[in-house]
Formats: sequence, C-alpha cells, structure tokens
Amino acid sequence: MPELLDVLGLAALLFCISVAGIFLNRKNLLILLMCIELMLLSVNLNFVAFSHYHGDLHGQVFVIFVLTVAAAEIAIGLAILVLLFRKRATINVDNLDSMRG
Amino acid sequence: MKALCLAVVFLPLAGALLAGLGGRRLGTHAVHWLTSTAVGLSFLFSLGLCARVFGADGAIYRETLYVWQQGGALNLHIGFLIDPLSVTMTAVVTFVSWMVHIYSIGYMRDDPGYTRFFSYISLFTFAMLMLVTADNFLQLFFGWEGVGLVSYLLIGFWFRRSSAIFANFKAFLVNRVGDLGFLLGIAGVLAVCGSLDYQEVFELAPLNSEQLISPWPGQQWHAWTLICICLFIGAMGKSAQAPLHVWLPDSMEGPTPISALIHAATMVTAGIFMVARLSPLFELSETALTLVLAVGAFTALSMGLLGVVQNDIKRVIAYSTLSQLGYMTAALGASAYAASIFHLVTHAFFKALLFLAAGSFIIALHHEQDLRRMGGLRHSMPITSFTMFIGALALIGFPATSGFYSKDALIEAVALARMPGAGVAALALQAGVFVTALYTFRMLFLACCGTGRMEHPEQVRESPQSVRIPLLLLAVPAAVAGIGLIDGMLFGDYFRNSIHVAPEHDVLAELGESYHGPWSYLAHSFLTPTPYLAGAGVLVAWYCYLHRPQVPALLARHLRLLHRLLLHKYGFDLFYERGVTACGRGIAGLLWRLGDERLIDGVVVNGSARFVQKLSRNLRLLQSGYLYHYAFSMILGLLALLLGLIFFA
Repeated sequence: MPELLDVLGLAALLFCISVAGIFLNRKNLLILLMCIELMLLSVNLNFVAFSHYHGDLHGQVFVIFVLTVAAAEIAIGLAILVLLFRKRATINVDNLDSMRG
Repeated sequence: MKALCLAVVFLPLAGALLAGLGGRRLGTHAVHWLTSTAVGLSFLFSLGLCARVFGADGAIYRETLYVWQQGGALNLHIGFLIDPLSVTMTAVVTFVSWMVHIYSIGYMRDDPGYTRFFSYISLFTFAMLMLVTADNFLQLFFGWEGVGLVSYLLIGFWFRRSSAIFANFKAFLVNRVGDLGFLLGIAGVLAVCGSLDYQEVFELAPLNSEQLISPWPGQQWHAWTLICICLFIGAMGKSAQAPLHVWLPDSMEGPTPISALIHAATMVTAGIFMVARLSPLFELSETALTLVLAVGAFTALSMGLLGVVQNDIKRVIAYSTLSQLGYMTAALGASAYAASIFHLVTHAFFKALLFLAAGSFIIALHHEQDLRRMGGLRHSMPITSFTMFIGALALIGFPATSGFYSKDALIEAVALARMPGAGVAALALQAGVFVTALYTFRMLFLACCGTGRMEHPEQVRESPQSVRIPLLLLAVPAAVAGIGLIDGMLFGDYFRNSIHVAPEHDVLAELGESYHGPWSYLAHSFLTPTPYLAGAGVLVAWYCYLHRPQVPALLARHLRLLHRLLLHKYGFDLFYERGVTACGRGIAGLLWRLGDERLIDGVVVNGSARFVQKLSRNLRLLQSGYLYHYAFSMILGLLALLLGLIFFA
C-alpha cells in the first residue's frame, strides 16, 4: 500500500507535466486539451488519496463531479476544435494568434 | 391696495413679455399699443397708489407676496413697501416711461428691431419698479441687476455697430465694479443684522450703531461706515459718479428714447434712490456721508465742465446728467435726502424732455448728432425748440422753473451741512451752476439759433405727432413741478418716516425755518449768488457762441492745456484703458497661457489622454494572441492567489 505522500508526489508530478505540456507545446491544440484533462486528473488523484487517507467518501464523490465536468468540457473543447479546423484548416497553436493586440 | 401694487409693477412686465415673445405675430401696431397702454395704466395706478399713501388715512403698505427661501433666521421674500418715497419714484418712473413709449412710436418707426425695442423698454420699467417698490435688499438687488441688464441690451440695441457693442460692454463692466461693492454692502448688512428686510434692518441698525467688523483678520472697522461705503460704491456705479461715471457718456450709443429713459430720468437715479431709501443706515456714519458729499460735489463740477467741450448733442446732455447726479449725490451727503429726491423728480422731467427734444432734432436731421452741423432749428422746428428751451431753463435753474427750486434748495442745504469740506462742496456746486448754464445754452444756441449749418436747411421738418406730444406733456411738469412740490416735499411732512435724518444732520429743517412759501423763496433767492451765476453762464454762452463765434477757438488755442484736459475727459478713460483694463488683459493673458493652455489643456485634458494612450500602447504588447501565454498568465495568477492565501490569510 503506497503512502499518502507518494500519491501526492505522483499527482504533483502529473500536474507539472501537464503545465509543462501547456507551455512547451507549440504544435497541436489537441495536446493542449489533453494537458488540461491531465491536470484535472492529477487533482482527482489528490482527492482520492485524501479520501482514502481520511476514510471520508466525500472526496470521491467530488471526483465523480469533476470527471463529469471534465467530460462536458472536453466535449465542448473538441467541438470548438472541429469548428476551428474547418475554418482555419489548421490546429497549429503557433498559427492561432488572431487575438494579438 | 395689493391689486393696485401688483398692477403697477407687473403690467409693464406683461407688456414686455407679450411684445418680446409674440411681437412678430402681433405686428408692430399692436405691440406699441399694447406696451404703451400697459405702462400708461401702470402710471394711472401708481397715481392711485399716491392717492392712497397721501390720502386721509396715509397708509404705509407693506406686504410679503411670496417667500422665496427660508433657512434659520434668514427669510428671503418678495414683497412691496409702498410709502411716500416709493410711490414718488413709481409715479415718476412710469410717467417718464410712458412718455418715452409714446415718443418711440414716432422715433423708432422704421427700425427693424421695433418690437424688440418696446419689449426692452417695458422690461426696463418693470425692473425699475421692482427696485423702487422692494421691501428688502434682495429684491432691491434684483431690480438693480435687472436695470443693469436691460440697459446693457438697450445700449447695444443697434448691435451691428461696433461702437455700440463697445459701449454696452463698457457699461456692463463698470456696473459690475459698482455691483460688487453693492453686494458686499448687502452681505455686510446681513452679517451685522442677520436680516435683509428693510424694517428689521432699520430697527436693528441704531441698536448696533457702534458695532465693529473686521474685513480681514487683525482689522477692526466701524461696521456701518464700511457697509455704507460699499453700498455707496454700488450707487456710484449705477448713478455714474466719478470715477465710475465713464460708462454713461458712451452709453449714448443707444437710441435717443433710451437715453432719456435710462440714462437721464430713471435708471441712473437708482443709486440716489437707494441711498435715500437706506438713509437710516447712512445716518449712522459721518464718514460715509462725507465721502458721498465729496464724490457728489466733485462729479457735479468736473463733469459739467466736460459738457462745454462736447460737440455731440447727446453727449452734452449726458455730461449734464452726470453733473446733475453729482448735485443729487452731494445733497445725499449733506443728509438733505428730501432735497435730493426733489431734484431727482424735477430732473427726471426736464432731462427726459431735453433728451427727447434732442432726439427730435436728431431724427429731423437724419441721425445727425453733431452740434456743429445744426443751427437755426427754431424756425423749422418751433415746437421742439420751444420745449427744449423750457427744459434748458429748468436745467439751469431759471427762477420759478422746477429746476430752480430743487437745485437752489439743494445748494443751500449743502452749504448748511456741518461736515468737513461742506463749504468747498457748496462752492463747487455754485460754480457748477455757472457751468451748467454755459453748456446748456451753448447747446441751445448752437442747435436752435444762428444759421443752419446742415446740408439742406430748407428740408428740415418738424417731427411727427407722437414725438411732439410727449415733449409738450413733459414740458409742463418741467416748468411747474417745482412750485407745486416744494412745499410738501422739502419742508412738509411729505416723506414722513420713509426717510430718516438724524436731528443733528437735519439741514432741511434749518432751511425750513426761514421758508415762507414758493414765492417768497423765489424772492429770497435773488439775495444769493445762484441766479446771477446762471445768468452769467447764459451771457457767456451767448457771447461766445452767438455774438463772437470765434472766441471758443481762440480760448482753446490759448488755454491748450486745459482744453486738452477737458477733451480727454481728465484722462479717466485713458487711465481705465491703459491702466486697469490693460492690466486686467495682461493678467488674463497670463492666466490663459499658463492656466488654460498649459495646465488645463496641456496637463489635465490632453495630458490625461496622452497618458492613457501611452499606457495602452504598452499594455497591448501583453496581448500576444497565443493561447499558451494566456494559460500561463492564468496559472501564474492562480499561483499568486494561492500563495497570497497561504501567507496572508
């Protein structure tokens, strides 16, 4: 059985990877969405770990909520992505700077 | 009584509003009928007021119409005070105004601003009536500013002439100077008495007669002296006393009926009226009275002298007005308020007459005002010349005319005054009698006698009926008002308690001891130098301008310095133009360049815009348009929030 700290460390690692993915990724918008997903999942992992450690099921209930919201979010995100691709014929992040001031 | 008052005061306003707002729809005919009827009715009603006030019951009527503001002990209201002083003024104002209305029908006939003109003169009458019937300082101030405003409009009536615009601006500015003093005086009254109602102030004032006031820290002045001097500065502006007289000669730019109405008979008398009305306050301060006397005597003599060298017929009469106002002011200073008001009344008649007669000449000569191009008019315009002759006799104080009684009594009253300098003042006034006769008959001889110097003397015709009738109607009181009024007004119980004179100042009572009716007064006056001085003035005028016309030029050459001094009007105008206004313009230019252009425009208005522009130019660099930059800043923000939560919560 892994210790709490191990799990938290893993979650933190996953979070950092996802943040790094957001910053470093210059190519693909899909990867950006995946990174956001990963970020949420790492937080979920924290919830599960604390829930198990404290013996309190509330945490895991929240995980379900977060998963639901994440699923909804990714659905919208992918829909936007599809529209974007139809319009611009690219999902390259570096090319999407029409909001430049 | 209330209805009568309301009718007197508000009928001219109604006329002015109808003529001013609906003039174009009503047509010129209806407008002049409407306004002159309104003012004529107002005159009749004010005679009704006279009958009530001087009737058997002798009621003094005081009524508050409307409370405008009330706060603490202060109660600002609109109300009427109908007592002998104010009914005298309303009767004179409405009568002269009525005459001017009728006269203007003929005089202004072909003017494009016909309805506007009638609207203005009715409005002016209303403002003046508000002023004289006021029962508190606030309403007095309202009327005061009202006549100032309308005089501004009327002096600039021919607003396409740049000289008229200059003149009305000048009148407005000079009056502002006076009004500032007046306002400070009112503020002083409020500070000392805590009320603006005449009755309350007059009751409280003697109780606080020794009160001190500090105009600025560390200074203690006698309150009533300061207040009265401030109020008198207001009177100096409105009644054109030196050195605030410069606007009046220039105001002759307006149409002639206006000169008669505003600048001779009514508006300029507002200052005289105000001082007489506030006599209980002025009686408290010997210093203020001495100042009033000095200013009046100086104005009376010095401004009369200027009339001798003027060639514009209206300007001669304007300087004569200044001089006569000086007489009235001097009488006020000598505490002979009744004599001053008496002279005001007679002067209103004969000065309006003179102005209107001059206007009749001017219009017959197609707007020629230069005396050097008149002459011989008594043959072609007998009625106008005759009425002008009557007016001139009254002005110089020819025995038995109205001006004789008022001016003679006034000079004797000043001679009896006990304040320092009263002797000099009386001498100046007596010298003024000679000067008055000189310039008046100079004008008369140049205009009416000798040969016609205009281009087509044979084409000059007498003016129309509506011009002649007011002249004749005004000539009657100008000739006989003195005999009729002197008994009551000077030595009788005419003013009762509307004018208050301290017993030790009461020169008129002293004068009254030797008074036995107008005819014996007439006989007595031949023992004084006054009629002889006037006669000498007429003789000199006859010698210089009819008998030996080359004399004035000779004199001008030999007394060049004096002549130039008079031509430049003692340099008052020069001083104001080069000194005061140049200084003001300099300061204004400095403020404009530093304050307006640099500070407000440069720093505040344009500066803030430039700042925002620069800031946003830098801020927009943050908007890269890349999603991951936004995400990064969001995460950084979140981090900062969390760290803040951990460290500061």
